[in-house]
Amino acid sequence: MTDTAVRLSDAAIRRRMIADFWFYFRQNRGAVVGLFVFLLLVIMAVFAAVLAPHDPTQQYRDALLVPPVWAEGGREGFLLGTDAVGRDMLSRLIYGAQYSLFIGIVVVSIALLGGIVIGLVAGFFGGWVDTVIMRVMDVILAFPSLLLALVLVAILGPGLTNAMIAIAIVYQPHFARLTRASVMGEKAREYVTAARVAGAGNLRLMFRTILPNCLAPLIVQATLSFSSAVLDSAALGFLGMGAQPPASEWGTMLAEAREFILRAWWVVTFPGLAILISVLAINLMGDGLRDALDPKLKRS
Amino acid sequence: MIRFILGKLLYLVPTFLGITLIAFGFVRVLPGDPVLLMAGERGLTPERHAELSAQLGFDKPVWMQYLDFLGRLLHGDFGISLVTKKPVLTEFMALFPATVELGFCAIVIATLIGVPVGVIAAIRRGSWFDQVSMTTALVGFSMPIFWWGLLLIILFSGILQWTPVSGRISLMYFFPPVTGFMLIDSLLSGQEGAFRSALSHLILPSVVLATIPLAVIARQTRSAMLEVMGEDYVRTARAKGMAPARVVGVHALRNAMIPVVTTIGLQIGVLMAGAILTETIFSWPGIGKWMIDSISRRDYPVVQSGLLLIAVLVMVVNLIVDLTYGLINPRIRHR
Repeated sequence: MTDTAVRLSDAAIRRRMIADFWFYFRQNRGAVVGLFVFLLLVIMAVFAAVLAPHDPTQQYRDALLVPPVWAEGGREGFLLGTDAVGRDMLSRLIYGAQYSLFIGIVVVSIALLGGIVIGLVAGFFGGWVDTVIMRVMDVILAFPSLLLALVLVAILGPGLTNAMIAIAIVYQPHFARLTRASVMGEKAREYVTAARVAGAGNLRLMFRTILPNCLAPLIVQATLSFSSAVLDSAALGFLGMGAQPPASEWGTMLAEAREFILRAWWVVTFPGLAILISVLAINLMGDGLRDALDPKLKRS
Repeated sequence: MIRFILGKLLYLVPTFLGITLIAFGFVRVLPGDPVLLMAGERGLTPERHAELSAQLGFDKPVWMQYLDFLGRLLHGDFGISLVTKKPVLTEFMALFPATVELGFCAIVIATLIGVPVGVIAAIRRGSWFDQVSMTTALVGFSMPIFWWGLLLIILFSGILQWTPVSGRISLMYFFPPVTGFMLIDSLLSGQEGAFRSALSHLILPSVVLATIPLAVIARQTRSAMLEVMGEDYVRTARAKGMAPARVVGVHALRNAMIPVVTTIGLQIGVLMAGAILTETIFSWPGIGKWMIDSISRRDYPVVQSGLLLIAVLVMVVNLIVDLTYGLINPRIRHR
């Protein structure tokens, strides 16, 4: 009997927490707009095949560099115009959303998982383990992130997968540091000692007892890293080191469009705008998450 | 203070060794034969291969190779570029001023605009100025700068034809480099219009490179000001009837600047990454473009040493920021 009562109140507490979270998140109007745009992006990515008017790689040889429909010379079927080989810009942009979300999710997952494990180990065990791990993290952080990612891609070979791995490696120390700092703060608290006295092993203490109490700053950092990942992978694509043509990744599209900047503004403008809007939306969301989850970091 | 500096310096030794280890390991984890990669020759006879291998030290045990590598670094030998056949350090030194000039102008623009905007936004918290400037800052912070650069080229070089598309100065002007900084050299040359030309080449890349630091500095200044404005000593200063401008300028700003100075310093790493993109877009002959070109030309000695030099540079700048922080905030160094 007591068991169900406890479980019920657990659920109630969780509902209360979600309500609280939503209350604070909603206070930040920008964050709500960001969330809305982000959801649109997700819908665009998931339903790309339905939403896109054309195949993103189909080349219409009779429609090279057609301007957007409202500009002079624009054509009915190509709302945002076509690129230099006659592919529909709108369809490519819609499919490009898949790349950006995929990159963000993969990069953040790898960096978050790696960072949490490394940070937990460093913070929990302390001593020389901590010193060695944190010095290694310092070394990675000493390199400008884009440069290190570029060199890693040079080692692994250009391509989307390698670009994602490289960016994840570069981001991982941020998560490790954050986790370590939270773990060091938490591990001396009474509830951890209580769990230890009750016979919890190291692994249980690390992952079940301490970790859930360190998640708030990690979620905020994950959101910020998501937007940086979109930005950095686009930069790598732009430099020819990320997704390779004919992929409709936005950075790669910009790289292909570079030689036409003075002739066809639309091939340059739209992919960049897509990157900016997605990154901005995620950053707005991140601000709101920080306000809602982490009162200590709250913007004054 | 001396103990504080020494402590910081000691702390850097493992980081420095780690950086050298990464640069050293980089060539060895590349797919392919390191001898071929570092020598840049193809179709080698076995004899020539053995000769090169001995010459580059690849026939020794790895730990000895690393010690040799460290020894060469400490003697200023950073290898020879496969493409230009010049010492990497010479190339680095020749291109470095271009990047410094660009980065310096960018950080000056970012600070001169970012700090006042942040201060005004904090004083007039909630006003339209606060909202517009902070929204703009968030847009700037989210900006893909390689795209932003292209847009500015379309507008200012294409449509308005105000600025040139690329390079550091018009081909009409030629003078031997004295300082390596085009703005200064063009003035020293005494050639009419040279300074103007150098300035017009510099302005767009600087603005592009300044965008993200500007956004970060404005946001950081605002939040630091808001924090300080809530402190007791500011309220006291107000209560005793001090002029608002004096309260802000003397009491609040000086204390708010402590975290802002750190933020500005920490932007150097961001600038280095930004320089790679900015220099590529504007064909700016600095170390960012040099690194990109070397990576795509597989000029591995340059990539290896360039990576190392840039990382050490960022490390040293961060040290200087740390020391400045200790200087302006005595609480830190007595911890």
